[in-house]
Amino acid sequence: MTSISEAQTLRRRAEAGNWGVDIRSDANVQIEPRDRDGIDIALESRVEAYYGESILAQAEQALEQLQVRRAGVAIHDEGALPFVIAARIEAAVKRAGLGDGHRALPERVAIPGASARDRVRRSRLYLPGNEPKYFVNAALRKPDAIILDLEDSVHPAEKDAARLLVRNALRAVDFGDCERMVRINQLPLGLVDLEEIVPELPNLVLLPKAERPEQVLQVIDQIHDVKKAHGINREIWLMPILESALGIENAYAIAAASPEIVALTIGLEDYTADLSVAKTASGAESLYARQRLVNAAHAAGVQAIDSVYGDVGDLEGLKEWSLKSRAMGFEGMGCIHPLQIAVIHEAFAPTAGEIEKALKIVAAFDEAQQKGLGVVSLGSKMIDAPVVQRALKLVDRAKAMGILP
Amino acid sequence: MQELEDKLQLEQNAAGRLVPATVNGRSQVPYLGVGKYKPAGHKAAPPVRSAADYPEDGDKRVPDLETALRRCGLRDGMVISNHHHLRDGDSVALMALRAAAHLGVKELTWFPSASFPSQEAAIELMENGTIHHIEGSMNGPLGDYCTQGKMRGMGVLRSHGGRWQAVQDGEVHIDIAVIAAPTADAFGNADGSRGKSACGSLGFALADSLYADRVIVVTDNLVPFPCVPWQIQGNNVDYVVQVDSIGDPAKIVSGTTQITRSPDRLLIAEYVAKFLRAAGIMRDGFSFQAGAGGIALAFVDYLKRMMKEAGVKARFVRGGSTKYLVELLQEGLTDYILDGQTFDLDAVKSIAENPRHLATSPFTSYNYHGKGNFASMIDAVVLGATEVDVNFNGNVVTHSDGRLLHGIGGWQNCLAAGCTILAVPSFRDRIPVIVDEVTTLTGPGELIDVVATERGIAINPGRQDLIDAVKGSGLPVRTLQDIKAEIECICGGKPARPKRSGRPVAIVKWADGTVLDTIWKVSSSR
Repeated sequence: MTSISEAQTLRRRAEAGNWGVDIRSDANVQIEPRDRDGIDIALESRVEAYYGESILAQAEQALEQLQVRRAGVAIHDEGALPFVIAARIEAAVKRAGLGDGHRALPERVAIPGASARDRVRRSRLYLPGNEPKYFVNAALRKPDAIILDLEDSVHPAEKDAARLLVRNALRAVDFGDCERMVRINQLPLGLVDLEEIVPELPNLVLLPKAERPEQVLQVIDQIHDVKKAHGINREIWLMPILESALGIENAYAIAAASPEIVALTIGLEDYTADLSVAKTASGAESLYARQRLVNAAHAAGVQAIDSVYGDVGDLEGLKEWSLKSRAMGFEGMGCIHPLQIAVIHEAFAPTAGEIEKALKIVAAFDEAQQKGLGVVSLGSKMIDAPVVQRALKLVDRAKAMGILP
Repeated sequence: MQELEDKLQLEQNAAGRLVPATVNGRSQVPYLGVGKYKPAGHKAAPPVRSAADYPEDGDKRVPDLETALRRCGLRDGMVISNHHHLRDGDSVALMALRAAAHLGVKELTWFPSASFPSQEAAIELMENGTIHHIEGSMNGPLGDYCTQGKMRGMGVLRSHGGRWQAVQDGEVHIDIAVIAAPTADAFGNADGSRGKSACGSLGFALADSLYADRVIVVTDNLVPFPCVPWQIQGNNVDYVVQVDSIGDPAKIVSGTTQITRSPDRLLIAEYVAKFLRAAGIMRDGFSFQAGAGGIALAFVDYLKRMMKEAGVKARFVRGGSTKYLVELLQEGLTDYILDGQTFDLDAVKSIAENPRHLATSPFTSYNYHGKGNFASMIDAVVLGATEVDVNFNGNVVTHSDGRLLHGIGGWQNCLAAGCTILAVPSFRDRIPVIVDEVTTLTGPGELIDVVATERGIAINPGRQDLIDAVKGSGLPVRTLQDIKAEIECICGGKPARPKRSGRPVAIVKWADGTVLDTIWKVSSSR
């Protein structure tokens, strides 16, 4: 008797997903658990004439996968793509206290391979994890990476739904040549995120509010555990985000905590809040933190990646910021609007003049090597070894960006 | 309904579409192909009038519209025309139709150059028998009324050029034209560039003023003779009616026209501008037309930057004029704006003040049964569409479920341009725009050269010259089949084709007056 009444209190009417006149590409799913056998699905869809039957068939299949056999289901669809519908059904089912331990996974598209440790990471486009309408076109402007965000852009009450949506996006959305990144939640919730995310092979995980190397190691352990449980061998990189005074103080220790860390980045909104100072357009208040981060990253042999530029309407300001950022030693920054991508790519690319000079130096170096000379000279000038090294790096980078063949 | 279907005789036209042989009691010529139908004979003409019957002092004013309609001899079954230069802000059309209803007249054919959602009340006038049917674009509630099969006659959709052609060729005989005029004098000279209801060009009303049996000008800004400049000539006008307001200025022109903010649509606009540059179309002395849609405006903005960079200027541009075209004119990047319709306040001001900003009409720009027209002289035109199929055929009039959505506007006529570009997203929400076969054929694929989407640019295989011209440009050129396959994968398969009934509710005319396609009754609206 007791167990039955407990089960009844755990099972409840629940819903997930958004609908309404202003909502696009999402769906709201309501689940009403009940005692008698059978599933009834009521569908109202903007695309009913075209995909009504397909949505009903998908819903039945998803409920079967989730082993839900007794429920009334209402779907209000605003033109959601199949991977979104699947995520909303699963979220509603789980909120209703059903489907425990089961998943309704959409069909997988071809998943690109693991990414190189030192690949170009000029731009990474943030995609709010519970806003599916931005996902399918995210790769159109060819950012180096997309970030499916589970942290700040997701309301605390929607973390579970966003997690499933992001998981499904990793399976079903073709992000082209972009590196596929996920920003998980702060620990310990971030560890739960990893259980759903890691099996879908993101290339890189961003850990927010990183302050101590132990946190990073905790995340890496969890990634290893999930990988092992799913028989995954490929690398999943980590990019800690330093967003506090303590995080900045521990920058080197964090960057050097594991060879799976490939970059450090900074979150200026939280950092300036931690310092109780205003975030300004010039960034004077965060100059030290950013310099410290660049230095720590280079000391640990990882990339230094800058924060985001918050004023999406001001592309001139973005250009100015990103040119300064590159000059400081950063290799890229975050984007919160697709129009920022081209500006950032241009700013972080070596200039034509730099490339020309570097090519001359590299040619002189090659010539000296061939002739067996210890000293590299260009015209009447002697070139120091570090200058040669910098030129070689710059040429490599220009090649990686596709500027040089 | 059984009765209608029994009488119905359908024939297949040159595009393979089934079209009715008779519409509203008039026999039709099925579409024969581009440039194939060349009728002979003479144009229609209005009756001869005598100055003896008009006031010597030129004062043609009558107290109200009802009086004007009565004096025009309004009776059952007549054709009444109106125009859409006041767009959704117009109140003259309903004023005229309601006056007719008050006079107890029945079975009118309403022949607007386009209808708008604010004219929903025309449904009541169809229900009470005042209007028998509408020949003109229908969307929103009027479109649903038509596609649900509730209209007694069949709808006839024509392009702006096709409307002129139908009037000129005598296919449609207008008994009484009622023209809304932002400024007029008592003789009937009228102009749209001034007055509290200023709207820019009155070009859509020009044919009616020339060919209708009777012409009434309705104005809320009467000026002493002469009203100059005049686009409508008083010598063609029978009566002038003064009213407090011809419309709602806020809906006549928008304060500002907005470039799309959608990054995906901006990308389409950028591709189109880059395509014109790469194809060598953007060169000194070229010409282009772009409307007032969000993508078209963004295209103009991108092209403008490229023109400046390259140091080229256009000889003329055509609108739908907006502040973006006006800026081109003001900055010397074009010699002229040839304006078909004036969309925002900047453009209305410009057409009133700048002698290089000229009002045109469907006669000069679009009429296919004339000695040429401007549309075919334009180097490039950028248009939208609701659907494009893999054979480059375009649909602008219906949703994919068969419901009426838009009028044809100048769209069909613009296909005559040197390079016709459809700038469309590859899918909207989950509804594919690139499809196997368009729901309603509005423009034959042989006239559509380029389809630019956010996922790539498709060039009509018939335009090898364009394919060659953009080789090596780095633009993402793909086939329509390829783009279609990608979006079908994203959308979860091909969309179901909604079942349609066998009953035609409207036809789509081609620019030459032949019947290009049929719009069928759909079961319900949503």
